[in-house]
Amino acid sequence: MERKKLVQVKNLTKTFTLGKGLSLTAADNVSFDIYEGETFGLVGESGCGKSTTGRTIIGLYQPTTGEVIFDGQNVHQASSAVRSKLTRQMQMIFQDPYASLNPRMNIAEIISEGLYLNGLYKGKERMNRVIELLEMVGLQREHANRFPHEFSGGQRQRIGIARALAVNPPFIIADEPISALDVSVQAQVVNLMKKLQQEQKLTYLFIAHDLAMVKHISDRIGVMYLGNMVELSASEILYESPKHPYTQALLSAIPVPDPDLEKSRERTIIEGDVPSPINPPSGCVFRTRCSVAKAVCAEKKPIWQEVDINHFVACHLYQ
Amino acid sequence: MDKTEKLLEVSGLRVTFKTHGGEVNAVRDVTFTLNKGETLAIVGESGCGKSVTARSIMRLIPEHIGKIAGGSIRFKGQDLAKLPEKQMRELRGKEISMIFQDAMTSLNPTITIGEQIMEGIIRHQKVARSEAKRQAIEILTLVGIANPESRLKQYLHQFSGGMRQRIMIAIALVCKPSILIADEPTTALDVTIQAQIIELFKSIQQKTGVSIIIITHDLGVVAKIADRVNVMYAGKVVESGPVRDIFYNPQHPYTKGLLASMPRLDADRSIPLSPIPGTPPDLFRPPIGCAFAARCDYALEVCRNYQPAETHVHSKHAVSCWLQDPRAKKLLASMQPPTGT
Repeated sequence: MERKKLVQVKNLTKTFTLGKGLSLTAADNVSFDIYEGETFGLVGESGCGKSTTGRTIIGLYQPTTGEVIFDGQNVHQASSAVRSKLTRQMQMIFQDPYASLNPRMNIAEIISEGLYLNGLYKGKERMNRVIELLEMVGLQREHANRFPHEFSGGQRQRIGIARALAVNPPFIIADEPISALDVSVQAQVVNLMKKLQQEQKLTYLFIAHDLAMVKHISDRIGVMYLGNMVELSASEILYESPKHPYTQALLSAIPVPDPDLEKSRERTIIEGDVPSPINPPSGCVFRTRCSVAKAVCAEKKPIWQEVDINHFVACHLYQ
Repeated sequence: MDKTEKLLEVSGLRVTFKTHGGEVNAVRDVTFTLNKGETLAIVGESGCGKSVTARSIMRLIPEHIGKIAGGSIRFKGQDLAKLPEKQMRELRGKEISMIFQDAMTSLNPTITIGEQIMEGIIRHQKVARSEAKRQAIEILTLVGIANPESRLKQYLHQFSGGMRQRIMIAIALVCKPSILIADEPTTALDVTIQAQIIELFKSIQQKTGVSIIIITHDLGVVAKIADRVNVMYAGKVVESGPVRDIFYNPQHPYTKGLLASMPRLDADRSIPLSPIPGTPPDLFRPPIGCAFAARCDYALEVCRNYQPAETHVHSKHAVSCWLQDPRAKKLLASMQPPTGT
């Protein structure tokens, strides 16, 4: 059975102008699809363009070139009527549960703002919906009248999830939803997100830098480096047989909570820092830190191609 | 190297803070030792008191709001908890140094990094600027910064995140302290840079023999770097021992919970994570009994009413939990009849 592509990202490029004639290409010709009902993980280090990609998909940024098709509609060329319908279909969960909730609104107001703006669940039903959402994310109805400062980080993230779910969106972008939380609470929130996905048939774009957590939650994973998508495959495959030297190095850099394994593990530590995205290296952007770089890597940008079934890589080693 | 010579002994440490809501008991009776040349990791979640413990050793608790309410910190025949500020100032940076999570907010953006490195040398060693500069170049080379001579004249914003962390490590190590306290030194860094910094800690320890106290919530980092581990919860050390005992034979339900809640790269994704339910207790009014009882799957009646005493699994592995009591063990055995016989 052919799976339905809910989101299609086609050759997406987003360039920010910085003044003084400088520009920064945060996402460079990025293409991928997200199937209905799956969790697509987007990983990479800070500045790799994963958040920019997410924010462009939801329409917070206008792409420089390329397009995003959501359920057959072009997100960035839609009429304002279609656009407002689209915003109801795509919602976002943010990283910082302290900054993303208005401290002067109570929880009921925070959760029901989307309902109010979209004219959904009028009158008494709206409060019932708020209570339903609170219970769905593991909070209680008494919490509706409280304010954000009365909650812990994990509870706040639950409120953020309830707010995102309020308008019944089929698609949710979660941008580093757990990185501000404690380890034991991260697992609570991830399990909640998985449970809600099954109950509500949700599709997720899960953006994070914690590869272990991304691997746990995602069906497929895209790895980004300096604005470029370098590898994409099913999450087990990516872990078991990473192809791109950057993915290999990234996996090897993650310390495993197992002292004996850590002692015996062979580690390839990448030298140096990520180059400036304002002036990225020619050819392959990873070549300056790559241990197997060849002359061709500096001359030509590697082509994004399928090297195994459903396993895409942009690297000269495979061309 | 034999890592058994005691360097620092913290015993019965209590730290309180005055706030609008009342007094917070941030550190409640913490006891541990740090041996020469070893790396001790203090792990726990936010608010468990791990940073306050470290700052108490450096005596960096702001005096107008917080105080060391009890206990002692023995270091080279002195009690740091009672040392006058003037003498403490002679120790900081020279004998005990500290680095923080975020270099950008911990260092001065308006002074060249050379000045910031040399400040400690000139203050503690009373040497000429030329000698201080020579030492600064030497330490920058040690922490892996290329072209140290020209880099000395630069400011913090001219360095990347990983480089800034290296500079902070250089400043901390330049007077060859015997203890380096690192409070979440890699938390703000990307994993590939984190790997570089961890390697740097290990190579520095090999070269200088410095004892390291590393505070982190990342058990992966602990597995990679630590010799011994203190697990803290709600202001107390609940379990402590050699790193292998903590990871392969954890005794406290909180330690077990922490280990189980972390996803592993080599784990099967279809198995859900096992989080610890609930949230840590309010330290304005710490629980009378074991602080973890409210979140513990194995809590007994006694756990809620009485604090567990510290017991030893073996001479180096200690745990504070009622389940270690022989009576509880008997109870557990009666609840789980032996199978297979």
